[in-house]
Amino acid sequence: MNKNSFLSGLKAGVSIAIGYFPVALTFGLLAKTTGLSIWEATAMSIFVYAGAAQYMSLTLISKGVDPILIVLNTFVVNIRHFLMTAALNEKMQSEKRWVKGIYAFGITDESFSVLATQKESKIATPFAFGVAVIAYSSWVIFTAVGHVIGANLPAFLQAAMSIALYAMFVGLLVPSMRGNRKVVMLALVAAVINGFFYWTGLLSTGWSILVATLVSSILIEIIYAKRGKNLPKGA
Amino acid sequence: MGMWYWWTLLGMALVTYIPRAFPLTFLEGKELPPVVSGVLRNIPYAVLGALIFPAILYVQQDNLLFGLIGAAVAFSLAFLFSNVMIVVLGTIGVLAVYSLIF
Repeated sequence: MNKNSFLSGLKAGVSIAIGYFPVALTFGLLAKTTGLSIWEATAMSIFVYAGAAQYMSLTLISKGVDPILIVLNTFVVNIRHFLMTAALNEKMQSEKRWVKGIYAFGITDESFSVLATQKESKIATPFAFGVAVIAYSSWVIFTAVGHVIGANLPAFLQAAMSIALYAMFVGLLVPSMRGNRKVVMLALVAAVINGFFYWTGLLSTGWSILVATLVSSILIEIIYAKRGKNLPKGA
Repeated sequence: MGMWYWWTLLGMALVTYIPRAFPLTFLEGKELPPVVSGVLRNIPYAVLGALIFPAILYVQQDNLLFGLIGAAVAFSLAFLFSNVMIVVLGTIGVLAVYSLIF
């Protein structure tokens, strides 16, 4: 394994690890108040590793919802990852399937965003492992820590850190927007569609992100393909 | 929690892993039609738009101003510096000061 690109992967994943810290801490705490033992709570972070789905499962468990419905809900919330990993596949270095099957476990909204916005045309496998390892470690470790200490960060810090993952998304998006109108349009159209579903309540968050992303990606591609035909190359 | 919890966990783990692993392993080495790969190349930027908005406004559910300030600071920092860590730590810093004062 190429050590250098593994290390740069770890480095690129630090902002995810920072962002997961307060979210995982709170998850550990909430799991405790829901009645999960430290092993049960930490095992969920180890084996499932999906923020939104884990939070929702706590609510469903405390309401005594049928386990089958909890599993179904988890699937629905995470269905958008089909789209993300299909997109990521275009950017990843060719690799043995079982190796890809391992780092695939580490693909979240956040690690996908970090990987997919790298400037290199192809991403090395060790780099993906680096990003996945540091993010996953933060998620698992701070779940356990949250359960053990059974308390949150000081309120002002907890509030301030709740912005971390969104600030990271902004920090990944904006540099790509510079001088690239297509990127601006893609993000803007998806944001508007997602806002529409959010405020009308027509779709739940998981579906809303999926539909907004797909519609924006297809729509902008059609517009640019048409323009490409009408305009001379390079215009 | 009883044994049912561990079965639920197994189910959750499987349905979370499949959407992550299936495209990456199934599509390995496959050449997609240019239209499809064109759309797939658009997805990261569209996803980021949808992940950011409107959720960034509601990081503190009862305080829209908090989210607005956070968004404004994050975008300003991102325009000034192309470094993700500066954007993340800078935004946390500004909001920490803001929460301490108000």
